[in-house]
Amino acid sequence: MLAYTFRRLLTIIPTLLIASILIFSFMHLMPGDPAAVMLGTNATPEQVEKLRVQLGLDRPIYVQFATWLQEAFRGDLGDSIFFQSPVLSVIQNRAETSIFVATFSMLIILILGIPIGVISAVKYNTLLDQLTMGFAMLAASIPTFWLGLNLMILFSVNLDWLPSSGFPSVLESGNLNNLKYLILPCITLAAPNSALIIRLTRSSMLDVMKEEYVKTARAKGLKESIVILKHIFRNAIISIVSALGFTFIALLSGTVVTETVFSLPGVGRLVVQSVLRRDYPVIQGIIFVVVILYVFINLLTDLSYAFLDPRISYE
Amino acid sequence: MRLSKSFFKKLFRRKITIIGAVILVIIISMALLSPLIAPYDPMKINPIDRLQKPNSTHWFGTDNFGRDIFSRIIYGARITVLSGFGVVIFSIVFGVILGSLSGYFDTLGMFIMRIIDVVMAFPPIMLALALVAILGQGLINVIVAVGAVYLTRTARITYGLTLKIRKDAFVEAAVAEGAGNGRVLFLHIIPNLISPIIVQATFTFAFALLQMAALDFLGVGIPPQIPSWGNMLSSSQDYITRAPWLLLFPGIFIVITVLSFNLFGDALRDRLDPKFKDEL
Repeated sequence: MLAYTFRRLLTIIPTLLIASILIFSFMHLMPGDPAAVMLGTNATPEQVEKLRVQLGLDRPIYVQFATWLQEAFRGDLGDSIFFQSPVLSVIQNRAETSIFVATFSMLIILILGIPIGVISAVKYNTLLDQLTMGFAMLAASIPTFWLGLNLMILFSVNLDWLPSSGFPSVLESGNLNNLKYLILPCITLAAPNSALIIRLTRSSMLDVMKEEYVKTARAKGLKESIVILKHIFRNAIISIVSALGFTFIALLSGTVVTETVFSLPGVGRLVVQSVLRRDYPVIQGIIFVVVILYVFINLLTDLSYAFLDPRISYE
Repeated sequence: MRLSKSFFKKLFRRKITIIGAVILVIIISMALLSPLIAPYDPMKINPIDRLQKPNSTHWFGTDNFGRDIFSRIIYGARITVLSGFGVVIFSIVFGVILGSLSGYFDTLGMFIMRIIDVVMAFPPIMLALALVAILGQGLINVIVAVGAVYLTRTARITYGLTLKIRKDAFVEAAVAEGAGNGRVLFLHIIPNLISPIIVQATFTFAFALLQMAALDFLGVGIPPQIPSWGNMLSSSQDYITRAPWLLLFPGIFIVITVLSFNLFGDALRDRLDPKFKDEL
């Protein structure tokens, strides 16, 4: 297991290097002078030149990359043009909302998606299975922002049960009541992703159900609940765990839209605002942080994968 | 791939697939015949009729400029279908080229697939937003941005299949007969990838519609003056309490179109991919 962990850690290096090159290239792919594009048409040549120097665009490209990479891994992702402050602190200020939204949505997905997928597989080809699959497909076909706006009309405007927008910080105020601001955004974000986990759980369970050892377990006279939980689910969960990394990325992607719909002060909404403000260092910084998060979540997923199925670490 | 009579018979065995296919035909007909079907000019501003509820004159009501929602939805089908096809063509063409070349040439494959893997680590909408930020707004740029996101998925699938097919006896026979790399790739390998590519194209269309609608909603998608369904939803935000029909109808059309593509894609996959033949 230790050797496997070490080998897996080594694979992170080329991944991060390629990701760094792509993210660094981002600003240089812009047509024209990035500094002029960022400052807009009203900027004077002096202002453009000042920003070019500030961003280091006057230096050779390989020097720019080496400096950027070195600083990025030290936590310095440059300065936001709009906020006039370090990108990392801008991201940190918005992180609380996004972490809460993504975590609670993930919990909803796990609590709802996996059991529903298991039941659907156990009741394979029954009315319940077909209804579940129908709802899952419908949920995966609904635009997140449309679902969010409809929930807002129903639960905030018509019924007045839940707040429609904003999120006063829980960490600063210590008021857990503020979490109610996240109920609708989390349901909105969890719905389409739950659908994917339901379908995946069901198909993984159905795959395992065809295995010989499941037939043997039944032939031995084991109770059906034991066959389902210990023999089928235990083996099916490996492919579900491997999909959780992708689900996390889907959730992060979803926060962009959900936070905009519910006007939440999170990182997702910051990306949209930064695109509209042409604040490229912030866009670059957020993507860098997200990719690093993804790489490490995938690492944890792979390690848990090896833990769940010890054969993997010996391959 | 031969699409025989029995193929279609089996494909449409489930009623739900027929429903999906019928809805798709309706949407595509709406797109093709918009000027004939739409009762009003979708761009015509009529302040007297602004924010009218659905009624016998305006079946889906009117927006804040007095424009007929039903007509805008019909014309919206045109831009929605066109941009969806644009994304599918872009992602399939480049995805298949990159994936098959990577699967056929080992060294090139190692290089390209590592980049593809890393790009797949980028959250799709963030990647699309970043690309729109670089390329600028506009229909073509949005198609390229969303297409680039799905190109990676197509390339991954094509890569895996090419690796498998290139070891098959018929490919080895072609090589033994002296066929060049181009001939083997374009005449023997890629034609055998058509089934999974068609399935992938159907799902790409569905995802692309959702992604582009989201970009429109965020204000960075198709220019707002073009009546796409996403743009109609985006402009309805300020009126959702006073005129909920502005939100309702374009959203329903997005849902049923995406749902139909998903249903159709599922049915195609069941028929074309032997792994799923016994399921459902």
